[in-house]
Amino acid sequence: MKTVFERPKSLTFAKTHYCPGCTHGIIHRLVAEVLDELGVQEETIGVSPVGCAVLAYNYFDVDMQEAAHGRAPAVATGIKRVHPDKIVFTYQGDGDLASIGAAEIVHAAARSENITTIFVNNAIYGMTGGQMAPTTLVGQVSTTSPRGRDSEIHGYPLRMSEMLATIEGAVYIARVSVHNPQEVAKAKKAIKTAFELQIAGRGFTLVEVLSTCPTNWGYTPKEALQWLVDNMIPVYPLGVKKTLEEEKA
Amino acid sequence: MAKVLMKGNEALSEAAIRAGCRYFFGYPITPQNEIPQYLSKRLPEVGGVFLQAESEIAAINMVYGAAGAGARVMTSSSSPGISLKQEGITYMVGAELPCVIVNMQRGGPGLGSIQPAQSDYFQAVKGGGHGDYKLLVLAPATIQETVDLMGKAFDLADEYRNPVMILGDGILGQMMEGVELPAEETPVTLAGKPWATTGAKGRKPNVINSLFLDPIELEKHNHHLQRKYDCMAKEVLWENYQTDDAEIVLVGYGSSARIAKAAVDLARAQGIKAGLFRPITLFPFPKEALQEACKQAKHVLTVEMSMGQLVEDVRYNLEFKVPVHFYGRCGGMVPTTRAVLEEIIRWVKSGKEETHEDSL
Repeated sequence: MKTVFERPKSLTFAKTHYCPGCTHGIIHRLVAEVLDELGVQEETIGVSPVGCAVLAYNYFDVDMQEAAHGRAPAVATGIKRVHPDKIVFTYQGDGDLASIGAAEIVHAAARSENITTIFVNNAIYGMTGGQMAPTTLVGQVSTTSPRGRDSEIHGYPLRMSEMLATIEGAVYIARVSVHNPQEVAKAKKAIKTAFELQIAGRGFTLVEVLSTCPTNWGYTPKEALQWLVDNMIPVYPLGVKKTLEEEKA
Repeated sequence: MAKVLMKGNEALSEAAIRAGCRYFFGYPITPQNEIPQYLSKRLPEVGGVFLQAESEIAAINMVYGAAGAGARVMTSSSSPGISLKQEGITYMVGAELPCVIVNMQRGGPGLGSIQPAQSDYFQAVKGGGHGDYKLLVLAPATIQETVDLMGKAFDLADEYRNPVMILGDGILGQMMEGVELPAEETPVTLAGKPWATTGAKGRKPNVINSLFLDPIELEKHNHHLQRKYDCMAKEVLWENYQTDDAEIVLVGYGSSARIAKAAVDLARAQGIKAGLFRPITLFPFPKEALQEACKQAKHVLTVEMSMGQLVEDVRYNLEFKVPVHFYGRCGGMVPTTRAVLEEIIRWVKSGKEETHEDSL
């Protein structure tokens, strides 16, 4: 019998704690499939964040370190400087990367640390109960912006990929989504490109993945996907923000 | 081997390299800047990595990553920077990662001053960050002793899988003394660190982590850590100076102890039976040795560059059986030998009716 679908080797058999309809599971799978396809499972060291993906060390079947909130790029820097021949990645949410860890991600990019960051942006703090994130949209209701994010009080959402793309040390920055199979395929291609560039020793790579949070947004999984398309993509346009090809042009 | 004249900060940096340290992550702050400056030059010469981080917070988290990857790694800072590192330090203890942290203390609180102080004693020996934990804390008093303790610091860190702090001060970092450096050592290999994240080739993945969502498991983990701290008790180091017949025993560590020692000599010249007890490990605290040194003492006097921190541990470890007095300067001011001598004379002449309560 021919196997047409199986669990990637780089994922463990652990049952995840993610909510129904959350797209973390898809993103985990894409990263694991890429590690499998590149044949680097036994060469990889991952860094999990504080946030919904805090337990990623239970789900990726590779060596893992759990970092303090926002510090994953610094932890990954320490690992990569000791093992420059290994594949090192961080997996971070928007509160982790764009708020408390803004300095760490900016300087990892500035140093062109030869690591890959998977940045999962769902415009909210999921793990702690739906508080306003640095990427929460203007007008979006959260448990700490109950009348909707008011730019007069809370300012504006950060477009991290566009910001990071301005940094000389960043070699590949892309924003993708996983709201339908076509976009999932594009997301995987971007993740694979990022890891391939790391393996080639080119420098800092980051893939921002737009993600849903049905639980804290207050939608069904299906509604949440549509909300992402209608509301997030206009603020966070998809596409490659920076590549080495652009530099050559 | 011939002695060389070196600044404290530079001598300890060279000693770290000779102890097999190949990775340093730090951020500039006075009065410890000669450490990163020296290592930025030397580490690349021995195949190591020097990296100036974007902050002390990033630096200690780079140390976390490197330690978790199996490296012999260190960082250094001074008081305000050490406060920033506390987050990473408590995570390292929780994840059982070895490293060496140097604190060349300066005056506080806040931005304070850049002059020497010893006002981070509590922070160093009581934990410092959140959660129940301890660091092994070594407090050298001379540059030679600093150099001699660097190798020991890395070895203790590896043995206990716990951060070790070298608690110095601006005097120790900035002054120059003749020093004999240890012989070159071969860099430490990963062989002894099967828990390190090095890529899970032919083995199950390793995880470096301080999260225990199950309270039963976290309590077990805390008990495990506590057993390590209990085992550390055997690592105590101290120096006795003329304590055998001492009626007044001075207690001080680091630079203050050198000033106190000079005051003991002046007191002895006047016929006063004074002595000095100098803890070299501040955690674990050399309790039994202190009690032994003070067994004939009618008075104990701590000499500190703080508003009185070590004094609390001295009272506690003497079990409140002897009156323990305090003399200190702070904010970057340094006690003078004459002032310490006056304190000695004051207490020796104060009569024998002094109770412990009077001294508080």
